[in-house]
Formats: sequence, C-alpha cells, structure tokens
Amino acid sequence: MKEFRKANGGKFVAVIFMGMNIILFGQLVDIAGSSVFIDSVPDTDRLVNVLHNTYPALAETKYVIAVDKQVITSNTFLNENSVVALLPPFSGG
Amino acid sequence: MSNASLYDRYHRQIILPGFGEEGQQNLLNAKVFVVGAGGLGCPALQYLTGAGVGTIGIADDGVVALNNLHRQILYSANDIGLSKAEQAANILRQLNPEINIIPFKTRLTNQNALTLFESFDIIIDGTDNFSTRYMINDACVLLRKPLVYGAVSQFEGQVSVFRNETQDDVNYRDIFPDPPKNDEVPNCAQAGVLGVLPGIIGMMMANETIKIITGIEVPLANRLLIYNSLTNEVYQFNLSPGKTKPAGVPENTSKFLKTDYEWLCASSAANEQIDADTFNALIEKGNIDVIDVREPHELPEVNEFGNIKIPLAQLANSTNQIRSDSVVTFCQTGNRSLVAVKILRRFFGGDKKIYSLRGGIVAWKNRVKQYERQQG
Repeated sequence: MKEFRKANGGKFVAVIFMGMNIILFGQLVDIAGSSVFIDSVPDTDRLVNVLHNTYPALAETKYVIAVDKQVITSNTFLNENSVVALLPPFSGG
Repeated sequence: MSNASLYDRYHRQIILPGFGEEGQQNLLNAKVFVVGAGGLGCPALQYLTGAGVGTIGIADDGVVALNNLHRQILYSANDIGLSKAEQAANILRQLNPEINIIPFKTRLTNQNALTLFESFDIIIDGTDNFSTRYMINDACVLLRKPLVYGAVSQFEGQVSVFRNETQDDVNYRDIFPDPPKNDEVPNCAQAGVLGVLPGIIGMMMANETIKIITGIEVPLANRLLIYNSLTNEVYQFNLSPGKTKPAGVPENTSKFLKTDYEWLCASSAANEQIDADTFNALIEKGNIDVIDVREPHELPEVNEFGNIKIPLAQLANSTNQIRSDSVVTFCQTGNRSLVAVKILRRFFGGDKKIYSLRGGIVAWKNRVKQYERQQG
C-alpha cells in the first residue's frame, strides 16, 4: 500500500491510498469481512488471484464479480476508481 | 363481483396515478404461481391476495412447524402440523374471498413444474434450496414465463425479475452460471434469519409482480438488487445475458425432464466419489461410460470392464466420445479423476451423472482381490 501525504502550510490535509476497496456480500463476509482493501491490480483476473491467495476459502466459494455496478462475465480492466463487489448466490427463503 | 364492491375493496390503489380501473382489471385477470409458502412466500401471497390478483397457485409440500412462525406470518400456533399450502389458502380466502386460490400440496420437481406453470402468467420463486431454484429458472426460460426471484441470507436479501421474453433477458443462470452445492451456501436453518428480512424481500417480490401485471414503471429486469437490513443499504447491479453457456438451461423440455436437479446441487463430498462396490453395481446396470484418464503407458492395464482411454489433458477436447447418461472417471489413485469430474461437470452440467472412482484403479483391484479371497 502506497501512501501520499500532502502538506499545506505544514498542515496535514489528505491521505490518499493507492489501492482498491472491494465490497463483499452474504456468506463472503464471514470469510473476509464486509470490505477488503488491496493494492491496485490492473484487471479482475489478477484481482481474483490476489484475493484467493489472501483468503483461500474464497476460492472454494461461488461468487460473481461486479465492476462499477455491472456484473461481469469475463476479465475486466480496473482503474483506481473502480468499485468492485463480490456477489454470492443466496438460497434462503 | 359487483363493480361497486370492486371499487370499494381496491379503491385506494385504483385512485393511484397510472393504475386506475384498468390496472385493477389486469390484476384480477392475472394468474400468479407462488412456489414455497414460507418466509418469502407468505408476505408475497398476503399482498398479492390483498391487491386482488385473480388466480393464485401455491405449491408447498411442507407442514407448519413452530420455528416457522417468527417469519411465516400467515400461520398461527394452532396450525402446527398442517399443510402449508392448504393452510395458506384458507387464511388468504378469508382475506379475499373474491379471488381463486389453488393450493398444491405436492413438491415441485422438474416432472410436474412445466404442467403446473403452464396455466399461470407469472411465477414467484420463494423456495429455500438451489436445486429447486435452478429448476424453476430453467422451466420459466423454456416456457418463456416471467420469474420473480428473491432469496435471503442472514441479514441480506436479493431480488430480481427474469422476464424471459427474448434472448436478451437475463435469467438466474446468467448471474450464477455454476449451481452451488446445497451444502456450500448456508440456508436459513443453518445460518439463521431475522423474520423481518424475508418479510421485506417477499414484499419487494409482490411489488415487482404487481408492476409486471399492471405495467406501472419498469420492473427489476436485468438488474440484481441487494438489500442489507443491518446497514439499510440498497445496491443495484446491472446484468448482461451470458455469452457462452456450456452448462446452461436445458435446450428443450425433454432434456429438462431428464436433468437431475437434486444431483446438480447435491453436496460434492457425498456425490463426486464412488467406492468399488458402487462402481461395480453401476457397471452391472449399464448405460455408463468408464473413462481411464491416465497416460497411455501407465500400469496396471485395465480390461476387466469396458473403458475409454482419454488422458486428463485431452479430456476437455474429447467430450464427444462420452455418450452415456452416467460417467465414471478413474486414474491410478483417485486424484486426477476428481479433476476430471470437475472438467466434465463444467461441460455437461446436469445432463449426466459424473463420478470419480475413489482410490483409483489400485483400490478397485484390491477390493476385487479381497472379494475373491472371501469367496474362495
């Protein structure tokens, strides 16, 4: 994680993290929490690699990925502002 | 029903802008089938009955239990042990005697779903397991019937509408192409659920149903809504139809009828591997392809039973050699054949029953030797 601090007249004003925030839903929250913060990756395939290495239980669970509110079906480019969510299926009724 | 009493009962919704007598008439003409009269089904049924949906079918083969009452709001303590479908119908008829309510005490399966759904306009999925959810989805795609989907998990709920009018309409398999095993995702009985949540989600399902029938606003098609009852956050995700569907909706009704949905979502540990005795029994039964996924040079040779030799690396490109409804893969000790099961299941989906021989050919030969010693 890279951290940039800007000084303004010696006064601290902002901390910008070069990374991505991933929102998790349903049973995935039990594995990794309701959100995880990771170093920036260029696309969703590499994101999955990082996530599965960090949280091996995720690899055993079914979920789909949404990037900027669109559920994706193939590898998708990410940028610093991408909003990524992991959505598992629910069965309860 | 007289126009005067119609006007009176439904007055508060008829006066809504864009609704009117026409909207009400559309509701009275509509036929809605609700699968599952549980946590989602009860509130959905109650509001659809109140709103005056003219014909409502209810399928549930369960009986009311004490631990249902905190969320399945149609039932009372006196109903414990009674059929949910029948008891729900009784309660709903008291709420609105002017509509037609048809209970089905049967379990919905792929053998009766097409027939039951046929005479209804909209299907509501209020079930509690993946096998039935995938089956209902496939039935609705094949019949081109709109499906209102809802599901809950602890403090979160999902809602969507699958219109099934054209190829561009997203269905459940476009969101979740791989059926999870029923034990892979905890259900309400295992993970718990606060009664209010299926109440909210069930009402959203009723709301979407009314929107489809009356044409007010756009229903939640090609979108997945997720509601979090703890944070009160609502998320909406846009959905696109899947481009390739190797293991998708069965192509036609005869394939649908042959699909084993229970098996599709059966727990993987119990169903991926079979032992030597089960394997022998399957061979005895016939209609089975046995596949040796070892490399050509590997020993021992196997000629005790018919088998097709496809090394693991070539399996994905050799699926045309597999024709029977049941498939057993084997290797030396049972590890590579587990990978083979995954490859084949991805390709065939629920069309075939696919197993791995536990312990591989080594374990099978040992078992046969042991059996011969016992006999002789």
